[in-house]
Order: sequence, then structure tokens, then C-alpha cells
Amino acid sequence: MRLVRLWPENSHFDFMRFRRFSFPLSAVISILTAVMLLTGGLNFGIDFRGGTLMEIQAKSGQANVGQIRQVAEGFGFGDVEVQEFGSAGEVSLRFPIQEGGEAAQAAVVQKARDTFSNEYEFRRVETVGPRVSGELVQSGTIGIVLSVIAVLFYLWFRFERELAVASIIGTLHDIVLTIGFFVITGHEFNMTSIAAILTIVGYSLNETVVVFDRTRELMRRYKTMPAEELLNLSINHTMSRTVMTAATTALSLLALVLFGGQAIQGFAQVMLYGVVICTYSAICISSPMLIYIGLRGSETVKVPEGRAAAAE
Amino acid sequence: MLRFSRSKIIATVAIIVIGLLLAVPSTMNREQRQAFLNAVPSWVPSWLVPSRAIVLGLDLQGGSHVLLEVDAQDLLRGQITILRDDVRRILRDTRVSSQNGIQTIPRGVQIRVPDAADRDRLIPRLRELAQPIGNAVLGQTGNNAIDINTTPDGVITLTYTEAGINERVRRAVDQSIEVIRRRVDATGTTEPSIQRQGADRVLVQVPGLQDPQQLKALLGETGNLEFRLLAQPGATDVDMLPMEDQGGQRVPVERRVIAEGGDLTDAQPAFDSQTNQPIVNFRFNIRGAQRFGQATTENLGRQLAIVLDNRVISAPTIQSPITGGAGQISGSFTVEQVNNLAVLLRSGALPAKLTIVEERTVGPGLGRDSIEAGKMATYVAAIFVIIFMFVTYGLFGLFANIALIVHVGLIFGLMSVLEATLTLPGIAGIVLTIGTAVDSNVLIYERIREEVRAGRSIVSGIQAGFDRAFATIVDSNSTMAIAAVILFFLGSGPVRGFAVVFILGILTTVLTAVTLTRMMIALWYHWMRPKVLPF
Repeated sequence: MRLVRLWPENSHFDFMRFRRFSFPLSAVISILTAVMLLTGGLNFGIDFRGGTLMEIQAKSGQANVGQIRQVAEGFGFGDVEVQEFGSAGEVSLRFPIQEGGEAAQAAVVQKARDTFSNEYEFRRVETVGPRVSGELVQSGTIGIVLSVIAVLFYLWFRFERELAVASIIGTLHDIVLTIGFFVITGHEFNMTSIAAILTIVGYSLNETVVVFDRTRELMRRYKTMPAEELLNLSINHTMSRTVMTAATTALSLLALVLFGGQAIQGFAQVMLYGVVICTYSAICISSPMLIYIGLRGSETVKVPEGRAAAAE
Repeated sequence: MLRFSRSKIIATVAIIVIGLLLAVPSTMNREQRQAFLNAVPSWVPSWLVPSRAIVLGLDLQGGSHVLLEVDAQDLLRGQITILRDDVRRILRDTRVSSQNGIQTIPRGVQIRVPDAADRDRLIPRLRELAQPIGNAVLGQTGNNAIDINTTPDGVITLTYTEAGINERVRRAVDQSIEVIRRRVDATGTTEPSIQRQGADRVLVQVPGLQDPQQLKALLGETGNLEFRLLAQPGATDVDMLPMEDQGGQRVPVERRVIAEGGDLTDAQPAFDSQTNQPIVNFRFNIRGAQRFGQATTENLGRQLAIVLDNRVISAPTIQSPITGGAGQISGSFTVEQVNNLAVLLRSGALPAKLTIVEERTVGPGLGRDSIEAGKMATYVAAIFVIIFMFVTYGLFGLFANIALIVHVGLIFGLMSVLEATLTLPGIAGIVLTIGTAVDSNVLIYERIREEVRAGRSIVSGIQAGFDRAFATIVDSNSTMAIAAVILFFLGSGPVRGFAVVFILGILTTVLTAVTLTRMMIALWYHWMRPKVLPF
């Protein structure tokens, strides 16, 4: 049997060349993310924003979105978002958080149930009061900050300073670009998104560690090899593994996107994007970063001035 | 040398077989599981029979998750009322009078006793109220629940301390859990889970409950029942309370309580034999019966006020003395209302109002669909990865695939033993580990290939591949573990389910991808004695 090879043996590809495109590209996306985060912000789901989410399905199989919207707006519970999604007459309704504390939220659910339950099946009802949503925002933020701190400690023990710095830049890059995905696409941001970001942090680190392990091994073997060449060699050596792992992970996530159902699709989409970003950043961001940080501490490899300027 | 001793093989296989057997109960439904346990011969010790199973999260089996918070303000108001009554009693006992009565202030009460001698008699008695926090078993914390301050001009202030309020809230949560359990049980739901969450919250999870309206109605009431008398014109010591069947119009009710919910021994919904209206029949304990009998004898012809949570729900006229200890509450109730009322009365009053701060309900239809979709995604992901590994690594890919299937089986086995909850994100976690689990195999195989290409013999290449890749495998798994552990501690419910699966997946992958694969390759080498790598 002829076996498939995704990446050629003994490749000598010049990956470091990519930095001329990848650095500006990532910089632009990061800045765009920051700007959009400040101006528009994330599309927070009810976990973080509070309010009521209902998913209803027409018993007849045919939902009348216009009518639902009209009726729901007549409730007087503020701006209601009515959306058709999935298939077979499924409609989601999102009510904002109600004035008057936690108890006021319950009235929304009651009213909607009374009005729609004859023609629609209530598949999901979620109400998050202002206090709980505040706490979820807090724990989500703590989660991301903690994970970055944990990663810092891990890298501190695991790697020399230069490699650790490059890895943490890569991890931060992946967090920023993942948040960018949410800001730019308007994808709903909820507690599962935090789970996705943390998983992406793990995956990102995983990718960098595999490449840098090889970099360190090669540094000991080729003591005088210039940084650029050494980094290219490390990536070429680990590339077939990188491609394989990215492919198997992406394939299973693709299965999740296609068949996992609407409730988990959002998570799977973000993760799928994350796998691509992590692979990209390990090769095109963290590794070339070492050319500038220097591989061997004091004996920093010199980069010709013209090229450094061009890359920045 | 690529050797795998017989004892090591037996140990590996045994661990895997046990792990997989542990997953068996999770593949059955409740009835099948019972039948299976009954079918096991009795001489087999029970600890040998796998009986624990994975619990499906509410997002998969459908049901309601309601998070309640003890209303600290309401609790404090109640505590201040008790404090006021205590102070009044002490003033009476010591025959001291406060100049302007007992004033209620935000966190306590205030009295004014200008005479120093009176104060000296009074204050030691008041100090008895300021009991220290803690209990006899756990020791004292050194903090008092109530602070007592006296100014030179004779103003005495009693206030609840922060620690005192927290202590009350903590106790209120404990009491509430008991009351909630009785109320939820009364609705006839199966396997409700009621647990404390944080300092001031109770999490109620009821599988299979589609519309938590009744549950919420039951938990939204404090359930504080009092039998009092409607006040006669001109009476002074009265509360103005809304009257339920007169559109909430306020009526004067005597402050004196004849009997209360705690004096009831039973309450049942019923129908009035004459009017056929829904009513609640109740029975008093001896103390309640005596007091109720005496009051009804003395007040023939007057109107009773049955007060629930400060609302008059019924005001029957006392037509004859009720000395038998039994009575009924009638009013313009629906059948559902009397059912709920009977439950409230039987289960006792909550120590404070509970507020619903979060509710998540998933209908059974969505749960079923999620399970189906999750299964489908898992199968498709497995097929994708299995084909992919096979066309890339051939026979070695087959080894990795066997390891992969065992890996997923072991996750289920471990989850069964831990009786962990499988949620929808948990299923996503399983699908994701299908993708990442083969990473270890890929690391090993690529390394073997490199070593052999560098001129090593096949045996030493395999050996070196395993040895050198191992450090990287540990690394790549611990990086994933960092995120998963943080997620476990921060997340709740569904998200935590994802973290559990992920952590277990990391643990089992080392066993399957490293040990099991290595064993298969060692055995293959000893049988086939190959000259070249098969990939």
C-alpha cells in the first residue's frame, strides 16, 4: 500500500521568510481587534450580559418570525432580538436584563410561556440575573489571566529566557487573534467561548513547545549555526508532526462543526479557527521572533540592519 | 532492546480491560443496569461488579437548573424583629423603660435609658443576646454576632456585626436546603439535586422538569403561616396587611399570633364537602391545638386572619370553638394553589426569602437532539481520524487507532467510576481528544522515522523514537492540562464537564498512546522480525 505523506521528507523550506508577511499581518489584525474592541466591543451572550434567552420550535414545523417579533416587542420588556436559526422552525428570542433586580427577570419567562406555548415547544430557557452575569464576567477574566500566568510559570521552568519570551508572545498573539475572531465576526461571546480560549492557549503552547524542544536540541548539536538557519531546520524537522496533528485535530473539530448540532457549533468553529491560528503562530510568529530576541542570550545572533527594519 | 516482559503485558492488558469494563454500566439504561446487577451471581463480591455510571448533564437529559440566593436584607429584617422582641422582653423583665421605645435602625435596634443604675441592671442581660459566633464543637471564633454600644447620655445601640450577618446567612442556607428538599420532593420529581453553592446560594437541579413554573412558585414563597385575628375597630397594636381575595385591599390585623406554621403537624389539599371548593385541611400539634382552641372559644363571632407571608389569604368567621386541633383554610383558591399551599405548610417556612438569580431549563427534545448530534459527531470524528492515521502510517496507524478506541473507552470508564457528569461541552471534549490523542502517536512515529532515516536499525530506531518523543509527549500534554485544570476550577456546570473530559483524556492518552502502542509494536516486532519500517 502506498501511504500518504502530507509533508515531504527532508524538506528545506525557508519558513523564516514568512515573517515579512506574518508580522505585519498579525500586527494589523491585532490593532484592528483592539480598535473594534474599544469601539464596538464583543457580542456578549446572556452569560455575561444577563437577560433571558429562549429557544422555541414551532410544533407545526413552520415558525412565523415576523409575528413572534411583533408579539414579543409588545410585551414591553425592552429590545427583543428574534432570530431564526438551525432548521425546522426554530426561533431564538433574547430579552435584555430587566430593571428591578432578579425577580423582574422571571416575569419575562412567564409571559413568553403563556403566550407562545400553544404553538411552540420551549426547547431552552436561560435567565441570568445581573449578579450572576457580573460574577461570570469576573471568573471568565480571571480564567484567562490565570492561564497566562500559569503558562508564564510553566515556560519559566521549562525553557531558557529567550525561548520563554518568544512562546509567551506567541500565546498572547493567539489569545488576541481569537478575541479578534469574536469581535470581527460578531460571534456570540459566552462562557463556552472562555473554554475555547483556554483550550486554544493549551494548544498554542503545545505547538510552540514541540518546535522549541527541537530548537534547543539542535542548538546543542550545531553550536555555531545562525539563528535563522537553526530555526528553519527546527520547523522543517517538526513540520510533518505539526501538519499531522493539526490535520487530525481539525478533522475532529470539523466533524463537530458539521454534525455536533447547533448548541456546540459556535465552540467548534472557534476551536477550528484556533487550531489554524496556533499552527500559524508557532511557525510564523514565535519562531521568527527569536531572530530578534536572540537565541543564545549574550551571543545574540546579529541580523543585518536593513532586513530587521524591513521586517518591522 | 524492544522487549516487553510477560508480566508487563499482563499488567497493561489487565488495566485496560478493567478500565473498559468500568464503562459497561454507562452503556445501559436504568432498567438494563438493574437487570444486569441482579443477574450477577451472589457469590461475586459487590465491589467487583461495575455498577457506577456516567450521569448525564441537564443539558443532555433535559431539566431545570435554578440558582437561588438567600435575600440577606430580608433575613436581616427578620433578625432585627427578633432582636427587638428580645430587647422588649428584657426591658420588661428588668422593669426598665426606654425613653422613646425601641427604635429600629438599619442593622439593629436602639433604646434610650438615661438612668445609670437602670443601665447597669440592663446591660448584662443585653450582653446575653450578643452570643459569640461558632459552636461548641468547632470552637469560638472570638467574634460576637451583635455589638452593644452605650453613649454617656444613655443611648444603647445593638447592631448585628458583619460576621454575625454572615453567620446567620450561612445558617439560613442550611435551613433552606432542608425546606427546599421537602418542597421539591412534594412535587414528585425524580432525583432532584439540592446543594449549597458559595456562601449564600442554593443550587436546585431537577432532571426532566420541563416547566419550572411550579417549582419556582414553591420556592418563591417563604411559607410563613400565622393565625391571628382581624382587629376590631379602634384597636392599636395592629398591622395593615393586604387581603388576598379583596384585590389586595389592606385590613387591620392584630399583632398577636395565636398559632403559627410550626404548630402544624399536617396539611392536605381537599375539597369542601358542601361548596366543592378546593381547601386545605390541617392539624395542629398539642400546643397549637390548645392555643387555637382557647382563642376561638374567647373570640366567637370574630374573624380569624390566616396570614401567609404577610398576606391575609383567608379570613373565616369563627362560628364555633375549634378545640379538636383540626381546621381548614378556604378561600377563592384554585386546585393548584391549594396543592402548593399544602406543600408550603407541610415543609415549614424558609428562614428568609429566596431570589432566583439564574435559571437554565433545557427541554427533553433539545437534550435528545444534542445527544444524537454528539454521538454523530463523535463517530464521524473517529472515522475521519482512523482513516487518516491508517493511510498515513499503515500498520502503525492501525496500532494508533486501536489505542485511540481504547482511549475513548477508558475516558468513559473513568467517568463512570467517578460518576462524573457528561455535558454537551463534555461531548465536544471527547471529540476534541479524539483529534489530539493521536498527537502522541504522531510524535513517536515521526521520531522513529527520523531515527531510522538517520541510519539506525529498525529496533533501535523504534526504541529511540519512543524514548526521545516521551519528553515531548509529557510536555505537550501538560500544556493542555494547564488550561483544563484552570477551566475545571473556574467553570460551572457544562463548561466544567468539558474540563473533566479533557483532564481524563490527558491521563489516559499516556497509557494508551505510549504504553499500549509500544506493547503492540514490540509484539509485532517479535512475531514478524521486519527488516524495514512499514511506513
